[in-house]
Amino acid sequence: MSGAGHKPDPGNATGGQWPAGTEAAFSMRGTLLRKNLMTALLLAPATLWLVVFLVLPFVAIAIFSVGERAPEGGYQAAFTLAQYANLPARATAFWNTMVLAPVGAFACLLVAYPVAYYLALRAPERWRLILLALVVIPFWTSLLMRTYAWMYVLGGRGIPALLAYVGIEDVRLINTPGAVLLGIVYGYLPLMILPIYVSLERLDRRLLEASADLGATPLSTFLGVTLRLSLPGVMTGFSLVMILLLGEYLIPTLLGGGKVFFIGNALVDLFLQSRNWPFGSAIAITLVLVSVVVLIAANRISARLSGARRVDLI
Amino acid sequence: MSKSYRDGLPISPEKFVDQLMRLKRGSIGRREFLGLTGLGVATAVMARELGIMPTPAYAAENLGDRMSIATWPNYHDPATFESFKAETGVAVEVNVFGSNEEMLAKLQAGGSGWSLFVPTNYTISTYKKLDIIEALDMAKLGNFDGSQEDPRFTSEGTIDGTIYAVPKNWGTTGIAINTKKLTKPMTSWKEFWDTAMAEGDGRTMVHDYQLTTIGNALKYYGYSFNSLKQDELAKAEELLLKVKPHLFAVSSDYQPSMRAGDAWMTMCWTNDGAQLHRDIPEIAYVLGKEGGEIWTDFYAIPKDAPNKPAGYALLNYLMNPKVAVKEHLANGAPSIDARVNALLPKEVMDNPILYPAADLLKPLEFGAAATLTDPGRAELMARFKSA
Repeated sequence: MSGAGHKPDPGNATGGQWPAGTEAAFSMRGTLLRKNLMTALLLAPATLWLVVFLVLPFVAIAIFSVGERAPEGGYQAAFTLAQYANLPARATAFWNTMVLAPVGAFACLLVAYPVAYYLALRAPERWRLILLALVVIPFWTSLLMRTYAWMYVLGGRGIPALLAYVGIEDVRLINTPGAVLLGIVYGYLPLMILPIYVSLERLDRRLLEASADLGATPLSTFLGVTLRLSLPGVMTGFSLVMILLLGEYLIPTLLGGGKVFFIGNALVDLFLQSRNWPFGSAIAITLVLVSVVVLIAANRISARLSGARRVDLI
Repeated sequence: MSKSYRDGLPISPEKFVDQLMRLKRGSIGRREFLGLTGLGVATAVMARELGIMPTPAYAAENLGDRMSIATWPNYHDPATFESFKAETGVAVEVNVFGSNEEMLAKLQAGGSGWSLFVPTNYTISTYKKLDIIEALDMAKLGNFDGSQEDPRFTSEGTIDGTIYAVPKNWGTTGIAINTKKLTKPMTSWKEFWDTAMAEGDGRTMVHDYQLTTIGNALKYYGYSFNSLKQDELAKAEELLLKVKPHLFAVSSDYQPSMRAGDAWMTMCWTNDGAQLHRDIPEIAYVLGKEGGEIWTDFYAIPKDAPNKPAGYALLNYLMNPKVAVKEHLANGAPSIDARVNALLPKEVMDNPILYPAADLLKPLEFGAAATLTDPGRAELMARFKSA
């Protein structure tokens, strides 16, 4: 495809002479084609990856979800919507999740915001990185281990034993909704702190001065300027934690004693105990749809709250 | 100054968020790709498996260097696996389960990776029906001697004259109770459930296992432990839902909570009862006088076992009476093998937790195969757990 010669295009039936401009157009098309091919090649591994590990499993689950439970458990082919019709049988689990996920994320936010605020705007420069490291370091340990640690701290030989020492007997902390909430806040805190920290750190401090100069009280400066401008970070953190909580099952099992039942626990049981794969698949599909709806809603809300600024959550 | 702090940190928050955003856009570095996807580890393992990288050689039989076993909590003497490794070079990975359903689910899904597992008597016919367990090659199990086993406990391992599973030990499902905290004597399942809603409020545990939790709720009304009758199950469900808010936990791993004093009473298997009583004498183990479960746990080998030679080797090792006696002393479940019983100390053989009085044993029932796969019982358990 060099522009030098006037070789006739072998693929062209007429084989005749071409006007001068056509040659350049062909050459451009060639470059474009090469570019597209390059893009396609570069995208291929990622696409393949997504197809094999996301799209295909999703399709498999969708197919399972219209099937039937085999007599000994598992899946047998069928076409029925019975599994979806049976969804109300897990209404409690859905409800628990829909309550505890936002509540958990909100509790996380309440703890995380002051920490992020302090780190970004108040902490002495030379301490900031050390403090940030202290926030991030526990995150390197597996959530399972950290949750197990809480089992011992809250269990009879932990805090209750100390309380018994000062005369308060038989306090029970573990296996309560409070313990689950504590585990959630602790487990997901860094995911909430970091995005808020980043959005607060970018805050133009002259705006705070301007606000004060114009006579705003510290509180209204905080509400009108600081909080407002950090909302993208807040919404990123909130939806990150919330989405993860929708699928959570470890913390309710370990700190809730299997009594606080999330939809994640219902899924685990359907696949591992009653081996009702079709029903489990129907719930999984529903959970994915619910997560998407939550994400879109969160996106809309955050876009409205932070004015015209576009916010990408995921 | 702040530069030096930055140097020591593996990741700064800005970088973390940057990376997160980059990952969201789909951009990723090679090392991250390998790390995140586990491909790096997979490559290393493959290289080893395929002999590209050297592995320590264990001569003699080709048993490989590792295998995994699926079993129950607190069910083996860890020293057994250590000595097996010392003898054969095979490291044993132990997977612990809380219910037979869970074991079945993993085997049904395939690729469990187990070369030996410990199913309970009533599940073996289903495994055979699904064709997922091996007909045992008895020539490889020279240490097993069927004539020394009490047939009362072994029959379900043999189907149509073929041996699919050999017994590990038998036991009962009763009640472990901290007698310092709950002083009223406990003799029945009715008392168990009533106490759970009164003095034992917030301190009682039931298994995360439909067979025993539903079965012992059925016993409250004197119904069969294995009942599949609609009206009887409805009554059991009513009781379970009433008790649920009073429970401490629904879990089959109750030893840690009982030991820590968080739980005062739990549904309990013989071996756990013996271990708890041995270490904490105020924890008693009793059987419900209405009956309940008697069981035998077996060893079986999955058809898709990745390391059958090691599975057979470990099974044969465990069938050696000298090894088995140590196992029984550690886990506390009653043995079925007369050769092992002859080696056990007298106080073990006289222990009423292990060998309850005949009148208590009489009303006990073995689990029935139908309860394992019955969808009604599975859904009842799910309703109970999510309530």
